[in-house]
Order: sequence, then C-alpha cells, then structure tokens
Amino acid sequence: MRLLPSVRVQVVDFSVADEYRQLAQDDSDGAVVTFVGKVRDFNDGALVSDLTLEHYPGMTETVLEQIVAEARSRWPLNKVTVIHRVGTMSLGEQIVFIGVTSAHRKAAFAACEFLIDFLKTKAPFWKLEAGEQGKNWVEAKDADEQAAKLWQA
Amino acid sequence: MINVLFFAQVRELLGTAKLGLEASEQTQTAEALRATLAATDEKWAKVLASDKLLVAVNQTISQWDTPIKDGDEVAFFPPVTGG
Repeated sequence: MRLLPSVRVQVVDFSVADEYRQLAQDDSDGAVVTFVGKVRDFNDGALVSDLTLEHYPGMTETVLEQIVAEARSRWPLNKVTVIHRVGTMSLGEQIVFIGVTSAHRKAAFAACEFLIDFLKTKAPFWKLEAGEQGKNWVEAKDADEQAAKLWQA
Repeated sequence: MINVLFFAQVRELLGTAKLGLEASEQTQTAEALRATLAATDEKWAKVLASDKLLVAVNQTISQWDTPIKDGDEVAFFPPVTGG
C-alpha cells in the first residue's frame, strides 16, 4: 500500500477502511482507535444542508503536525493519521479523521480524544454553514475551549 | 513589505483576502498593524475591533504586542471552528 503522510488536508473524501488498513499493519500494536467527524443535520437549533470548510494553507499543516508531536510526547503511540477535509460537504459527509495506534488501548483512546480536542481549538479551520436561514459562520464554542483546557491540567 | 491575510468572516466582511503593506513606524507590532488597517474606514474599524479577533504572525497564533518586521506574514481571523 502507498504510504501517505500522517497529516493531510484535502478536498476529497477519505475511506475509513483504507485508513484503518494502513494504521493496523503493525503486530506490536494491540489498539487502534479512530474518530470520524461528520456534517450534522442541526447546529444550535438551525437546520444544516451543507458546510464549507475554509483553512489557512501552510499554517494548518504546521499546527496539525505540532498537535501530533504533542500527542506523541504524552503517550507511547506508533501510527497517527489526521485527515481534515476542506471545501463544501453535504449533510452526512465525513469531515475529519483521527486514527492512532498503540500497544495498549488507554494511550490510544486518550491520544485520539486529545487530538480532536486540540484540532478543534488550535487548527485554523472555519465552518460556513448553509441551511434554510441562509449561510452563517459557525461560532466557536466555549465547551470546545474547555475540553482542550482539561488536557493542560 | 508585510504580507497581510484575512480569513473566514473577517475576509468576507472586509471583502479582502490579502494585501501588502510597507513596513513603517505604524506597523511595528500586531496591534499597531491592526490600528493602521482599522483606520482605513468605518467598516474596517468595526471588523478589526472585534475582541474575538485573532492574529497569527508567520503562521503562529501570537499576542498583540508581537513585533512585526518587513517580510512578515500577518493573518487576522476569528476563533477557529474546525473538526
């Protein structure tokens, strides 16, 4: 299988099965944890029909690499994959993929959650939602900021 | 020349994605650069006055007192909402 970079920002969709196969190759890993974020039908009570993701090319990749490095410094991880799509996505489509492998499950679970929590508050992506009330930029949530802060304790 | 970028709602409200600005005494820090750009007109003043506005200097989120020099890339944007 073609070896892809562990951090990818792309317009095209990804295949969880392909990503899993790439992650799960090493017999030293007893745990593979993956997370997929999708376009949801409602946000803050408003119906959503599609979502457009904008990002800051260059800075995005740098920040994601830094977050992955931070996760590796905290837990004994083997493989890490972070994929974030940009452009317009319809209801139900996949937006983001996080996959981590480790010898044991605790490190893999924790690192996966850490990665998505930090991605949400540190990586320069912005969501523009389209729905029946027109288009609006998604507001940053305090709950996301709090989730990221918990890891700093 | 300072390479100034705007993203998301900030870009949309300003109607500008990027511009170049000669480095001067009025652009010595991120805050000074923001004040200089805000002096453009009422619209720019309003958009750049948001207390939620973030600044990245050379692709790193930075404090407002961060020094800016010729050749730097400075981006203004709202809080991030990816994931």
